[in-house]
Amino acid sequence: MSALTDEKPLLRTDNLTKWYGRRLGCRDVGFDLYEGEVMAVVGESGSGKSTLLQLLSAQIEPSGGRILYRLRDGSEADIWQMSEPMRRFLFRADWGYVHQDAQLGLRMGISAGGNVGERLMAVGWRNYGAIRTCAVDWLARVEIDQERIDDTPRTYSGGMRQRLQIARNLVTAPRLIFMDEPTGGLDVSVQARLLDLLRRLVADLNIAAIVVTHDLAVARLLSNRIMVMKAGEVIETGLTDQVLDDPREPYTQLLISSILPA
Amino acid sequence: MQPLELSGVAKTFTMHLQGSLRLPVLRSLGFSVAPGQCVALTGPSGAGKSSILKLIFGNYRCDEGSIMVRDGDGAVDIARASPRQILSLRRRKLGYVTQFLRAVPRVGALDTVADALTDVPRETARAQAAAMLARFNVPERLWNLPPATFSGGEQQRINLARGFLPETPVLLLDEPTASLDACNRDVVVDLVCERKRQGVAIVAIVHDDPVREAIADTSIDVTRFAAAA
Repeated sequence: MSALTDEKPLLRTDNLTKWYGRRLGCRDVGFDLYEGEVMAVVGESGSGKSTLLQLLSAQIEPSGGRILYRLRDGSEADIWQMSEPMRRFLFRADWGYVHQDAQLGLRMGISAGGNVGERLMAVGWRNYGAIRTCAVDWLARVEIDQERIDDTPRTYSGGMRQRLQIARNLVTAPRLIFMDEPTGGLDVSVQARLLDLLRRLVADLNIAAIVVTHDLAVARLLSNRIMVMKAGEVIETGLTDQVLDDPREPYTQLLISSILPA
Repeated sequence: MQPLELSGVAKTFTMHLQGSLRLPVLRSLGFSVAPGQCVALTGPSGAGKSSILKLIFGNYRCDEGSIMVRDGDGAVDIARASPRQILSLRRRKLGYVTQFLRAVPRVGALDTVADALTDVPRETARAQAAAMLARFNVPERLWNLPPATFSGGEQQRINLARGFLPETPVLLLDEPTASLDACNRDVVVDLVCERKRQGVAIVAIVHDDPVREAIADTSIDVTRFAAAA
């Protein structure tokens, strides 16, 4: 039909399920994600969206189902069938993870340049000059003044920390990035700047991304596709503008009608 | 087949928060648009004209029937296509001039327009965006400013420049001349006539009678397809 049919997904999941003892984290989640696609996962607290993000990024092991990831050589690997070092390598080099709390994603005691450089060293960069040049370049791309490169993130504002975390994640040119409420807890003006930055970087680098957010405006701005979760299950999926403008499920309609107009 | 063919399209909204109230909007809707043809949708407010454009664009989900958009030697049915297929089709085949601009914070007018072109180098996109802004008489001093603070008329012209920029074989127009001055209305009419000569298939909602007469080859009264409530 079109050129799309022969392209293969970057990430595939089916029946992904997580139980915490007898309590359900999430159940039977299945989707395909292609290169350059940004998918938002929305739902209220406790809907299972954070569990899902931790599952997808291999930070917790699923109780059932599988996650298949297409490696750079084109082969597809089951995340939980590969060796632990291999999984760690993926997490360091091929994936990024942006935490809501920048302190979890940064090393607060080392300089901003060091935070960016560390990721490069983890994928084998050794030349100090090259690492520094690359770090300076990335700090500029996330709009951090070069003069602040030797300061630790402790001296940074919340918005700067979040931008530094993004630089640290993107410097290794990952193919897939996970974001957990990336703009949560930031002032609106800081949020707008961060969103604009994320939107541009994700598009320029053709990265696939999975963004967990409870903010539907963030979902509309960043994502092409959306998945609505409730009580651990996916209740509605589709194009972002389709789900937001023509929501089908009662819960999705409630979520959308609950937004206060600005 | 034609660039765009609708048949047996039906759409009902179910409002779960209002006791699962069902609002039937359209039923048995069918028409096709030939290359270079402009079809105007007419009917009173609330008859479902904008809903038809949203169904074609894949913004509203289609309950029944098919919405075929020609793609190469085949066609894609928007009513059944995956999100990925719809996005690809929008990028290559389906243009949509919406009624209002959805401005992104911090993004300047020129980039807002250039963002509509995704498959060309950035500098080319910006150059074409600049030409289109000039065509809609948007003063150059505004180009680098985010449109959120612009007047309604200025925002509308930015939106028109953005909507008309991609040269897609199917083009949907939702009130493109509402609240425009005569001079910019002529720009819209000229652009639409240009696209028709290039073989673009157009579906338009136009309340302004002289504009409709200038661009439309045929009119469809959508009340014919109104679903009985």
